[in-house]
Amino acid sequence: MLEIKDLHASVEGKEILKGLNLNVKAGEIHAIMGPNGAGKSTLANIVAGKEEYEVTKGGILLEGEDIEELAAEERAHKGVFLSFQYPVEIPGVTVTNFMKTAINETRKAQGLEEMPAKDMLKKIREKSELLEIDRKFLSRSLNEGFSGGEKKRNEIFQMAMMEPKLAILDETDSGLDIDALRIVANGVNKLKSEENAIVVITHYQRLLDYIVPDFVHVLYDGKIVKSGTKELALELEEKGYDWIKEEINA
Amino acid sequence: MELKDKLVSSFLAFENTVDVDTAVHDIRSQAIKTFEEKGFPTKKEEAWKYTSLNTVLKHDYSIFPKEENALDFKDINKYFLHDLDTYKIVFIDGKYSSHLSETTHDKIDVCLMSSALTHEKYRLIIENYFNKVARKDGLTSLNTAFSREGAYIYIPKNKLADKPIQIVHFSTGNEAAQMLQPRNLIIVGENSHVQIIERHQSLTDNPVLTNAVTEIFADKRAIVDYYKIQNDNQNASLIDNTYIEQHAQSVASVHTFAFGGNITRNNLNFYQKGEGIDSILNGITIIEGKQHVDHNTLVHHTEPNCESHQDYKGIFAEKATGVFNGKIVVNKEAQKTNAFQSNNNILLSDKATINSKPQLEIFADDVKCSHGCTIGQLDDNALFYMKSRGIGEKEARALLMYAFANNVLSSVKIPQLKSRINKLIATKLGVNIGFDL
Repeated sequence: MLEIKDLHASVEGKEILKGLNLNVKAGEIHAIMGPNGAGKSTLANIVAGKEEYEVTKGGILLEGEDIEELAAEERAHKGVFLSFQYPVEIPGVTVTNFMKTAINETRKAQGLEEMPAKDMLKKIREKSELLEIDRKFLSRSLNEGFSGGEKKRNEIFQMAMMEPKLAILDETDSGLDIDALRIVANGVNKLKSEENAIVVITHYQRLLDYIVPDFVHVLYDGKIVKSGTKELALELEEKGYDWIKEEINA
Repeated sequence: MELKDKLVSSFLAFENTVDVDTAVHDIRSQAIKTFEEKGFPTKKEEAWKYTSLNTVLKHDYSIFPKEENALDFKDINKYFLHDLDTYKIVFIDGKYSSHLSETTHDKIDVCLMSSALTHEKYRLIIENYFNKVARKDGLTSLNTAFSREGAYIYIPKNKLADKPIQIVHFSTGNEAAQMLQPRNLIIVGENSHVQIIERHQSLTDNPVLTNAVTEIFADKRAIVDYYKIQNDNQNASLIDNTYIEQHAQSVASVHTFAFGGNITRNNLNFYQKGEGIDSILNGITIIEGKQHVDHNTLVHHTEPNCESHQDYKGIFAEKATGVFNGKIVVNKEAQKTNAFQSNNNILLSDKATINSKPQLEIFADDVKCSHGCTIGQLDDNALFYMKSRGIGEKEARALLMYAFANNVLSSVKIPQLKSRINKLIATKLGVNIGFDL
């Protein structure tokens, strides 16, 4: 599904990713953990197509196709989805209208007809129920005045609407209380299938109790320095990152 | 001959064409003297620092239309709100078109300034209201001197105008260059309500200069909603002078949609004369090329417990230039005034400019007055967010601009007008967005 080969990337001349490799197959959940400043959010943004990063070496393949030259919206059309660490407030555009526009623009790019209004409403109803989102919430301006938890729940609602092939969840657990965390994780698990893949970026092991990864990677100083199974996450939770730093620097 | 000299020397000829034995004769004569003295404003005046009329004044305008011009309704239908039943007062090159208009004298007067100025039955009203609230500056005086035609609307007390009124001024371009000076008088009695939509439309690329004056009186508890659509051709310039006098507990709103034209200057003045008054000034400006739009507003609070709300949004592309100069005066007696002003702008190019200047003169000590001004570009993070959801660059930008202007549209009370403005904005932004805001 996603293949990242020897990826080097910099922003404003500063190298942040320094030869990152990652291979995510359909049907898998990968967790990427690591200390602050390791490059986790950079990785998420680069895969989603944020323009301010410059890829200096290596490449990103989605289903075997190099997507590096594609704009963010073209990547979305091919099934890439990023759940933002800090979702942007857009006053004046309601959640519903935003989703209608996003879905129909994507369908247009895929050569499909616009989704009939009836189907759209049905889908919105189904997916908002999945995330236990109140109907009134959908007619509010996107993210404006939302609590941290509401913003994250809304991100996963958007994921449910867009049905991506590859979803990257960037610190989706931050700002969530335990009930919201459970709802969000439950939503993600229901969306999971053998045809799609999920990359979970997180600081803490907590989320991984609910969204159980097939693989856990440690990102440190722009590279994946250690990979393992879900037990690695538990070990990191217990011991912190210092032992990894020591292992590398030794 | 310079335009000013031409105008002054034309005054005698003009007087011969109108009935000199009227109440307004002295007012006109005084006004031409004032204009002769003050002339056109120049950039040396503080209020005109960022707007120069030089290029506009150099044309050899014809001051009176030489012939009666007719238009076919089918050719100009699109400039009306046709999905809405309205009264219509339509002018072609400054002359009334009975063919295109729909007026009334049934309980309310929706008719012509030329009748009001000459018929005996309106004499008292003209004496009491004509040229009373209008300022005596050069441009307004020039209009007063040549005032002959325009809309006259009189809503007696306790009457609801049963449908909105459209005032539309067409210029045909049959003259090489045309100057128009419409004069409107609108009187809304106690507890009465009226909605007015005004548009100036040039039908060719020949230069047009319109120097319009509108006087509005809102009596106690009256509600006046005035919408100005300014979406004219590249060679059409407009100086719009609007003066509103409000009495106790009246609510008056003016929405100005400035979407095009050469130079557009809006002098919008609210004078509050009573308690519990609300004045609302909203504007959306979206221009490009070398277009110039200048909003010069004044709200004068003279008595306690009144409010004013100003909200102007501007989007400037290419080499477009904008000016916002918002003045709020709060007299010593006007305690408990709530006056708000906000002016937000987006510049889409390095060459676009906006000069924004709040001007607050507050002499009372127990008031809430706030003003805010922002100038920025579209938020890159918001753009990326939308693009990451599959919305293309162009649509994402348009959607953000739509959203930016949205709260100004939300106060438009006529749904058909709101939808029309929505479409105009979509056209301006070059996109087709699949929903109404």
